[in-house]
Amino acid sequence: MTTGTLTAGRARFRLPRKQIPVLATLALLLVMYGIGVSQYTAFSNVQVIFNVFIDNGFLLVVAVGMTFVILTGGIDLSVGSVVAMTAMVSAALLKDGMPAALVLVIALLIGPTLGLVMGCIIHFFEIQPFIVTLAGMFFARGMCTFISGASIPITDGFWTSMSQERIGNPQGNFVSISVLIAFAVVVVAAYTLAYTRLGRNVYAIGGNPQSALLMGLPVARTRIAVYTISGLCSAIGGILLSFYTLSGAPLIAVGMELDVIAAVVIGGTVLTGGAGYVFGTVLGVLVLGVIQTLITFDGSLNSWWTKIVIGGLLFAFILLQRLIGIRYK
Amino acid sequence: MNDTMSRYRTMTGHRLFWPAAVLFVMLAANTIYRPGFLSIELKDGHLYGTPIDILRLSAPLILVALGMTLVISTGGIDLSVGSLCAISGAIACMYISKQPDQNSVGVVVTALAMAMGVSLVLGAWNGVLVAVIGIQPIIATLILMVAGRGLAQLITEGQIITINSEPYRAIGLGHALTLPLAIFIALAAALLVAAFTRRTALGMIIESVGGNATASRLAGIRSGRVIFLAYVISAACAAVAGFMMTANVSSADGNAAGLWVELDAILAVVIGGTSLAGGRFFLSGTIIGALIIQTLTTTVYAMDISPQTSLLFKAVVVIAVCLIQAPAFRARFSRRRRHAPPPAAIADKPKEQVPA
Repeated sequence: MTTGTLTAGRARFRLPRKQIPVLATLALLLVMYGIGVSQYTAFSNVQVIFNVFIDNGFLLVVAVGMTFVILTGGIDLSVGSVVAMTAMVSAALLKDGMPAALVLVIALLIGPTLGLVMGCIIHFFEIQPFIVTLAGMFFARGMCTFISGASIPITDGFWTSMSQERIGNPQGNFVSISVLIAFAVVVVAAYTLAYTRLGRNVYAIGGNPQSALLMGLPVARTRIAVYTISGLCSAIGGILLSFYTLSGAPLIAVGMELDVIAAVVIGGTVLTGGAGYVFGTVLGVLVLGVIQTLITFDGSLNSWWTKIVIGGLLFAFILLQRLIGIRYK
Repeated sequence: MNDTMSRYRTMTGHRLFWPAAVLFVMLAANTIYRPGFLSIELKDGHLYGTPIDILRLSAPLILVALGMTLVISTGGIDLSVGSLCAISGAIACMYISKQPDQNSVGVVVTALAMAMGVSLVLGAWNGVLVAVIGIQPIIATLILMVAGRGLAQLITEGQIITINSEPYRAIGLGHALTLPLAIFIALAAALLVAAFTRRTALGMIIESVGGNATASRLAGIRSGRVIFLAYVISAACAAVAGFMMTANVSSADGNAAGLWVELDAILAVVIGGTSLAGGRFFLSGTIIGALIIQTLTTTVYAMDISPQTSLLFKAVVVIAVCLIQAPAFRARFSRRRRHAPPPAAIADKPKEQVPA
């Protein structure tokens, strides 16, 4: 606000308006946390927050990838299945006795490859992202059961050490390695979007693909890149999930794409593209995590209330975006 | 020579050619693989056989896809149909299970009316979000898709509600004129929608709204009202499909009923040649699309492959059909055969934006 007084009066009002969805999410998060602390004494423990990160690290990584796609005005429905496929492939390869490093490389290559193929089909054949990524979702989910119909446990030493390593005080407050990986992904993604050419191009294409093309921006390359990035993030998410569960199951992460899209939208990213932040997505994932924690703490509410609350929040935030949008124009 | 070429071109250019060809190839492959595939026999006055099964099982999908066709042709999409199926089935089964006489027709009719009423209200909610508040359709219906699943489980209290009601069961498994009743329900819905859209101006109005809502409004069409109506019709179709799904198994499961049917329905619509951009719709194509999906599922079951792995085949078929129909793909393909530029690519040129 201090800079606002120096510049023109209009800019002073426009600047915070752009941030309103993110600020609203932040406020909601604080209110929910406040409710939790006031209702349950154990809620104020810092470990509760750490646990939200530990339980949702993979969701966070996938949501960051989805943010890129949604910023260009596209959508990626395949993320949940790619997460499951990555976990499944790692589990199957480890079971066959392949060294952990090689498995990691192979698992991290599958997601981006599928993303690249989907991006190419979307761009060069002008088929809707919705349909192409839907086919990708079917493909990846089908591959999961093709690999194995039952869940495969992981007993590899590297995986178990990654899963059980506690950073911080093992008896007190700690986080897992997955949380650090998730944070690293968030930082890299935030930097890419805010300070690199690719990030600018993503925003430009989301704002208006026609203008972006006329400005000479590489629309094709960027559009294919975002689906590849989303595939990479899903692959990393899949690895984190396999750290978390120490297994690969064919039906894991079913419907995860909806949670991810909900997190991105609640985080203030506009679905038509062009506006939003990685930081907002982090907040969106935290909101989902805190809702689940609150419902777990309550104990009398059933798991389906999570869905109803998420639906309600989605509605509230979209309405908010809409209201701001109307005033903006 | 020239005559056959042009006739070939008109045939392959017809919008129903590729979907029908895919369906035909699948049926043919099935018959070769399993010679008894097409045989139909008459038992106790009812017809039995794989083709009849495919028709009966595709009835819910046809219903959902019909509503979806209208929504998509207005340039929207309805992701909430799966949840609506679950809700309508849950309400109907819950009401019936609470009554002392589950076999009474009155009870079943009341249950159906209640469930249909709630579904219409939910459809109206979708319609208001899209047409009045102006939220992007994918997201507006995503709300109900997520929350609706929770609502369905709330209604059934997380349980699977089992009922023992003959009249209700008939919706899914009953017979009329030797054929399953479900086929007639789907057929009646298809004819009703076709009559209202193709024998009145409604169809053209829907297409014009999908082509350009603002221009249609300026031309004197109440765009908002048409879009609203499309979502309500879609919800009504989903409700009936929900009755069929739950009647098939005489139980309502808030979690599993109608799971992923929205995706199948969208696929059926797209395979049938309706553009996701809106502005055109083909009811006959949608029905063929739904039959293709059900035939594929049945084929995969018959080949002893797990239902989940069948998704692999679905992915391949979807991409193949979409690529064949994509103008960009056709244009690329036809450029290689420079001597015979198919008029198809020119004829159905999409509403494409001019690059630069």
